[in-house]
Amino acid sequence: MPRPGFVLDVDRSTPPMLFWHGERFSLERLPADRSRVIYPAESFPGLEDPQSAIRDALENPLDMEPLRALLHADMKLTICFDDASLSLPKMRRPDSRQRIIEAVLDLAAEAGVDDVHIIAALGLHRRMHDYELRHVLGDRIFDAFAPNGTLYQHDAEDPENLAVLGETDHGEVLEINRRVADSDLVVYANVNQVAMDGGWKSLVTGVASYRCLSYHHNPESLQNTRSLMDRHHSALHHSIWRLGKVLRDSGPKVFQIESTINTDAFPSPFDFLSKREWEWTARDRMTYLATAKTLDRMPRRAARKIFHGIEAPYSMTGVYAGFTESVHERTLEDVYRQHIVEVEGQTDILTLGVPFISPYNPESIMNPILVMCMGLGYMFNMYRNKPLVREGGVIIMTHPTYRDFHPVHHPSYIDFFDEVLADTTDPAVMSDKWEKRYAEDEWYRHLYRTGNAYHGVHPFYAWYWGAHGQQWAGKVIIVGGDPTAVRRMGFTPASTMDDAFELASDVVGRSPSITHLHVPSVLVAEVT
Amino acid sequence: MNSKRHITIRAQQFAGRAEQTIRSVTKPLAKYGFPWRAPTVPRGIELPEKPDTLGSNFETDWARRPLASVARSAFIAGPLKLMTTVIARPEAHGLDRLADLSRLDEPPPLIFAPDHHSHLDTVVMIRAIPPAWRQDLVVAAAADYFFDKRWKATFSALALNAIPIDREATGRQSADLFKELIDDGRSLLIYPEGGRSPDGWAQPFKGGAAYLSAKTGVAVVPVHIEGTGAIFGKGMTRPRPGRTRVIFGAPLTSYEDENTRRYNARIESAVGRLTEESVSDYWTAARKASTGSADRLSGPETASWRRKWMLTDRRRHEVSGRNSRPERDWPNLGPRAK
Repeated sequence: MPRPGFVLDVDRSTPPMLFWHGERFSLERLPADRSRVIYPAESFPGLEDPQSAIRDALENPLDMEPLRALLHADMKLTICFDDASLSLPKMRRPDSRQRIIEAVLDLAAEAGVDDVHIIAALGLHRRMHDYELRHVLGDRIFDAFAPNGTLYQHDAEDPENLAVLGETDHGEVLEINRRVADSDLVVYANVNQVAMDGGWKSLVTGVASYRCLSYHHNPESLQNTRSLMDRHHSALHHSIWRLGKVLRDSGPKVFQIESTINTDAFPSPFDFLSKREWEWTARDRMTYLATAKTLDRMPRRAARKIFHGIEAPYSMTGVYAGFTESVHERTLEDVYRQHIVEVEGQTDILTLGVPFISPYNPESIMNPILVMCMGLGYMFNMYRNKPLVREGGVIIMTHPTYRDFHPVHHPSYIDFFDEVLADTTDPAVMSDKWEKRYAEDEWYRHLYRTGNAYHGVHPFYAWYWGAHGQQWAGKVIIVGGDPTAVRRMGFTPASTMDDAFELASDVVGRSPSITHLHVPSVLVAEVT
Repeated sequence: MNSKRHITIRAQQFAGRAEQTIRSVTKPLAKYGFPWRAPTVPRGIELPEKPDTLGSNFETDWARRPLASVARSAFIAGPLKLMTTVIARPEAHGLDRLADLSRLDEPPPLIFAPDHHSHLDTVVMIRAIPPAWRQDLVVAAAADYFFDKRWKATFSALALNAIPIDREATGRQSADLFKELIDDGRSLLIYPEGGRSPDGWAQPFKGGAAYLSAKTGVAVVPVHIEGTGAIFGKGMTRPRPGRTRVIFGAPLTSYEDENTRRYNARIESAVGRLTEESVSDYWTAARKASTGSADRLSGPETASWRRKWMLTDRRRHEVSGRNSRPERDWPNLGPRAK
């Protein structure tokens, strides 16, 4: 039985804590008697027979007929799936999506369905490379569907292939992929890594147009999202659920299949990263030293290649199918059971070790905007009820924050950093003044549609993702970051953790309480 | 003078001995009699019948002892790997279907049931089977072919961990031995066809794999091997190097109340689906299997030339068994615009 997550009060005998520092990591000693560390639960065991579990879910769905009964020969079937932003790091093969889609296709073949399209629901994310599609779907599906053009990626900028399905009572227009809209049945194959994923968000963001996404991906929604991991208190999710209801009432029949995975993110020899520091064996300590020293001396590019080459030994922990809302509720129960850690009270300083990866840089570079997005967007939002840090408190992140951008994946990020952030770091101002220009830029549109670039507006969305954290914190300090990049983003650079505590004292006084969110492994703090 | 004569005599003696030695060494073996050769039997004497220690009676326990296992591992990792790479260049597909089992702390034993086109199939399979099962793999080999001579039997047992199986009828002795080995945690490679394909189409599956699986509860992995027939098929005197593909299917177990015959038919159709998958794709194979429109694994029941004819057309689409790229069917785009 895996041990649950818990809160450790740091005392003099507590060993230094592991902090991610991009493609490197370090051990930092936290002040005794006023610091605490939140540890996630140990990884849950995976399902013994995921194939049978999937077949069982398809035969016994929630609030819908079995998939077998929904399939008939002359129908239009569309299967959508999450893109490469899930899971992080990428799951070793076979991916859960491959397992699910193969099970769906077996049933479709039995029913004699000829018209099958498979669409990567990537919203405004970059198009996946063929090798990524092969990794996610497996060679069999790729070889069967890609050559004849029935496996493809959603294009949010193709007016010919977008259809309007209706409007919410808040005036939000649901505009989605035409093939999805015209289908007799849409099957969605999802991987739920955190509570933010899944539900109506899968389709309503995955196959939507820029216009449709802009109703909820904006500063106002994201500043009122408390938090991303709690859909009942998230303005973003409220908007998506309203659009989901339009889809339910006016769109095709949707058969949602959601799967959860455990938190077993790192294979050997990096498995020590998921252990509690005082339980590191002699081998773990030697591995840490060897790895840390090697990474310190290694060119950044080589270190990045190593980390992005990691295939996580995630296992499927649950799979549910049927009506989207019923399925998602069951999925959330499973996700929270694994992730929730109860924490008493807020803290003055929250420390976050920012890793090498975020949902927007698989196989790519973690540029400064993504550091902000990961720290203030994702890690800060890992709470329910109230944030871990008090309003006006300090957030300290560790990351090298180099001014390095992937020119193929993130072209608009480069201009955003040089042009928009030089002008303002206020999400509302940049939304009014700059967003439209980037969203409608023909060159960015061309790169998004034909290359492997994120949409022109994506850096804005990445920035808005951190809007709540940015607004909440009194000061944000980045330890070890490139000072010019850190200052450009409106944050404070520090050389060491001690310097960061010194700088934070201006805001939180000389003996603040400190909380460290221990990653890797995902956790959601239930703050009382 | 005396000393000179003495030297001459010694040299003559030495030359004589040398000549005698050379003669005796070069003397034809046939001129040696008993005890160098087996004794002849006097007339009227009837010898007691010796127990037959070859064929399906060949004892192979020794080949599974630690020393033999080490020697076999070295042979598989060295010469066999080199030979397979040079002649057959195997590529394994569908291993993800076995990934869950291979990642268990103790992967359960499996019965691998491929179609059979060539003697190369065994070495190609040994290379393609994941390491989790390779070490403890035993191969069911035809007793009348691989175990008919002592040197062949010894080599087969030592190098391939082969166990003799009577292909006409699975005797109780073979079945009990296989069951014992599977219970002991060893995996089995068995060709349900019982022999190599004579014309490229598969032969009807015999029930050995299904029977053993049903008896032991161990899953059967259907496998399709592509290309070995073109490299060193039945009747060929020397191999023509090329590429091969091994496609693993999802493990099958027998249903409750399913008799061996039906289970065997299910294994055969699973191998047939993999064969279809190899010349078309996964989705086409799945649809053909569900509509029953897939070619039978054993081909149409028609004149032999037509069977061959159909096979040539099919082989155009295979990527294996040759060094050149397969032919492609380009879509018909209609008459050229003027």
